[in-house]
Amino acid sequence: MLSVLLMVVPLAGAIVIMLAPARAARGIAMIATLAGAGIAVAAATNFDGWGTGGWGLEFQSELLPTLGITLTLGADSVSLMLILLTALLMPLAVLGSWTAVTTRLREYYGWMLVLSTAMIGVFLARDLLVFYICFEFTLVPMYFLIAIYGSGNRAWASLKFFIYTFLGSLIALAGLLYVVWQHAAVAGAWSFSIPELAAFASTGLTSVEQAWILLALMAGFAVKIPLFPVHTWLPLAHTEAPTAGSVLLAGVLLKLGTYGLYRFVLPMVPAAVVEWAPLIAVLSIIGILYAALICWVQTDVKKLVAYSSVSHLGFCVLGLVALNPLGLQGSVLYMINHGLSTGALFFLIGMMYERYHTRDMGQVGGLASKMPVWSCFMVFFVLASVGLPGLNGFVSEFLCLIGTFAAGGSGAYPGVLGPWLAAIAAIGMIFAAMYLLIMVGKIVFGTLREPPGHASDMPSDLNFREIVVLVPLAIGCILLGVQPDLAIHAMEGAVADTLSAYPDVVTGVLNSVSPQGATP
Amino acid sequence: MTDRLWLLIPELVLLAGAVSCAILGVSRSVAIRRLLPAATVVTLLVALAASVFVYVPGAVEAATGPGAVPLPWLGRAVIPITVVVGLVLVLVQAGFVDRVYEMAVASGRTTFDPLRSARGEYYVFFLLSMAGLMLTCAAPDLIWLFLALELTSLPTYVMVAMSRDDRRAQEAAMKYFYLGAMSAAMFLFGFALLYGATGTMVLGDMQAVLAGRMADTGSIGSLAVIGLLLSVLGIGFKLAAVPMHLYAPDVYEGAAAQVTAFLGFVPKASGAIALMLILSLTGWTEEGGSLPPAVLITLWLMAVLTMTLGNIGALLQSNVKRMLAYSSISHSGYMLIGIIAGPGAGFAAVLVYLLAYGLGNTATFAVLASLRAGDHEVESIDDLAGLREKHPGLAWAMAISAGSLLGFPPLMGFWGKLLLFIAGVASGHLVLIVIAGINSAISAWYYLRLVALPLTGTPSSTSGSIERRPYEGPRMAAVACTVLLICLPLLLGSIMSQASDAVVTVDELRNSAGVDE
Repeated sequence: MLSVLLMVVPLAGAIVIMLAPARAARGIAMIATLAGAGIAVAAATNFDGWGTGGWGLEFQSELLPTLGITLTLGADSVSLMLILLTALLMPLAVLGSWTAVTTRLREYYGWMLVLSTAMIGVFLARDLLVFYICFEFTLVPMYFLIAIYGSGNRAWASLKFFIYTFLGSLIALAGLLYVVWQHAAVAGAWSFSIPELAAFASTGLTSVEQAWILLALMAGFAVKIPLFPVHTWLPLAHTEAPTAGSVLLAGVLLKLGTYGLYRFVLPMVPAAVVEWAPLIAVLSIIGILYAALICWVQTDVKKLVAYSSVSHLGFCVLGLVALNPLGLQGSVLYMINHGLSTGALFFLIGMMYERYHTRDMGQVGGLASKMPVWSCFMVFFVLASVGLPGLNGFVSEFLCLIGTFAAGGSGAYPGVLGPWLAAIAAIGMIFAAMYLLIMVGKIVFGTLREPPGHASDMPSDLNFREIVVLVPLAIGCILLGVQPDLAIHAMEGAVADTLSAYPDVVTGVLNSVSPQGATP
Repeated sequence: MTDRLWLLIPELVLLAGAVSCAILGVSRSVAIRRLLPAATVVTLLVALAASVFVYVPGAVEAATGPGAVPLPWLGRAVIPITVVVGLVLVLVQAGFVDRVYEMAVASGRTTFDPLRSARGEYYVFFLLSMAGLMLTCAAPDLIWLFLALELTSLPTYVMVAMSRDDRRAQEAAMKYFYLGAMSAAMFLFGFALLYGATGTMVLGDMQAVLAGRMADTGSIGSLAVIGLLLSVLGIGFKLAAVPMHLYAPDVYEGAAAQVTAFLGFVPKASGAIALMLILSLTGWTEEGGSLPPAVLITLWLMAVLTMTLGNIGALLQSNVKRMLAYSSISHSGYMLIGIIAGPGAGFAAVLVYLLAYGLGNTATFAVLASLRAGDHEVESIDDLAGLREKHPGLAWAMAISAGSLLGFPPLMGFWGKLLLFIAGVASGHLVLIVIAGINSAISAWYYLRLVALPLTGTPSSTSGSIERRPYEGPRMAAVACTVLLICLPLLLGSIMSQASDAVVTVDELRNSAGVDE
């Protein structure tokens, strides 16, 4: 029942907002998102699959019996962590928009809540169509958030965002429908249940079919992640989106792509994944390095952080295709860490923008003397993002790289990547330190530079509300930096389930390539 | 024969309604003439009620008796769909022809004549065309099919011509008429060849002859194939399918938005149904059989070209009615996927899609019909910019119906498209589905303009002067369609079972009747 509440509460909030006067919108949104966060925490404490794998929060109801479409919800520990991330980010996003949004309040907060329902729906779905509907539906609120509340080039940014993702997910849908059809032909009845389809596809389809399905699924998820070379919508969308939109986009929406890899690609088409993992890894490494180099030359801070997302998500994908528990745990942890630290960076940039109405590093700089509290947070979250040991980014990045490094060996989880790929990807960490620290150097330190004639009714440094937005994120960063074991241990069972087929498949593929079973 | 008449009661009701409207339309009392839209609504509802009584298991004899149709229970789904869309169409159109006349009087082009101040004949044509659509699905032989198709089309030519007091409407009507006549000649020639190939006009007998030839020689013979091809191409005109689509943009633009809403649905539905009937002749059933390769390839190409050219055409338009015309072409392409997917799931998906498309299409034109820019209709898409500031309801109706036409979950259009896609995949046409997916993404480009401009655009000097027309019908129709597009997915299960019951073939019906006994 909790799972239904998780989805219904924000939706109900949105409906109430539509009926209530505009000035009440913020308050209602705050209550609804806090209630959602409360329910998510309650769900997490009641969940008994931490560490052991297994499913909780289950709910089932018939939708279309003739086609085998059911409303099936449920979460394993990985989904539940992402649900927690979403539900906890939502109140912060509402609080962060408190003064930034001044027009069309009802629609703004209404769309935010609808977005929350759709995102949580993606993580809860255990039926293919429920997943697809929620996955697609996240586009609509985000589209409006960008198109109505964005800056300058918002019309084009929102259109590009919509079309890229829509095309990708339609192709993914075609691939998934093929699986459904093949399954129906064998089983004799239509079913859209994700576990059933995954179990069928991983064994019942030939490797050629799997490769095509992999391609179709990647079309859907790679765009969302975004993976090089289909990442070009992201900087635009991020730059033009309102602050809270960027936060949710970076914090949660990008994770829908990596979550799709985790939930569909890995369990459904293992043979194809093993075959094509090197290519996917190379694409993510290109993304890591290429996006990092682009960051280096940015003058627009928001664009810089947007490109850094492309670079960071590259590590996330790398960890997933390492196909061993280390990589997967690192990757899932990375999803959460990136949500915390990059979300916070977008908040900080938004706060700066509210005061100076520019994001250009050439115009603003040396804010440490003017905004000390802001500068502290900025340095803190940049360090978290760079991967300073002791903060959250380090652990997950390290695990992803270790996973990749170990993915060439022949242990319990043999893989098809190896030390070389890990070494090249690691250069990305150095780049990240360079571009992020250069950014900090420019806008935090040095002599104070302010755009001429800027006027804002905001206090010069952060106010209490803004500090309240940032503190929970900072606590999360420290907690996951010092005690990553909590999260890593909690997802062990689920990760092992997802990987269960792989050791055999990898060994099989390796043996068929080189009889010795050794990789260079 | 009386058995057959039993199945035709809904159509007879419509004909009776049409005749009554014709008689009442010349009444001397304006009050009576103004009642005609209501009479049309009543007629449609009575036809719906009649269809519920007609298509009951007890009528199996009628459906399977001599002269039975290949898909005898098609009306079971087509009549309710027609009535639902027909009701919103009446709402869109109620009284608008009277305004055309009043405008002409007001501008001094004609003097006022009380006898012409309410045009009852319009509703006669409306009902006749609807009756033609319903008769199409009951056609037992080729002559009947031809007459039904023409009964659907002929009134629409008149409706286009009288829809506006404007030369463009006359031009559109002429174009539509001549090209329609050409297409009729084409499929009539196809029918003649089919007759030549089989020696019978009766669809059931034809099916048997072709099935026998198929069993003997492994093909249905080239004469029959050419006949089928010509019929398919000719009927493609009704669907506005490539290569018979060229008239659509001009005609849709020339006619008033109210009539365009009608053109977008009724002829299209009759074309889709006629295609199902004609293609069933080849002995193509859910269990087995297939289309002759030439016909399959033709349909396949038609589907791909129709989707692609329709969508690309729509992308290039700045006139909103032309854009919707091209988009309606692309929807015919999607429907052809269902036709290619074949009897059973494919045809059923087409029926569901017709409902979703009909409502979405009517809603967009209803929004256009309820707006005016000065004396004129809304022409440019940019005129819709910032519509929500003055008319939020209409802006939302436009956005939601565009979303449904785009096939965005969870609106009705999504489910329609999904069923088509599932049927397509299940019949092994994966490439076609991928092409359709890419086309849907292309269509997102222009449908999003219909979402974005009204809801997120800022009014310009021209779009700021857009006003609502002073009558309520189109607005109510837009709202009704929007509500249905949102709520119908809740009833999807029963809609689907209704649709799949409707496409049961006569053999299956006979077998199941035999089992019951």
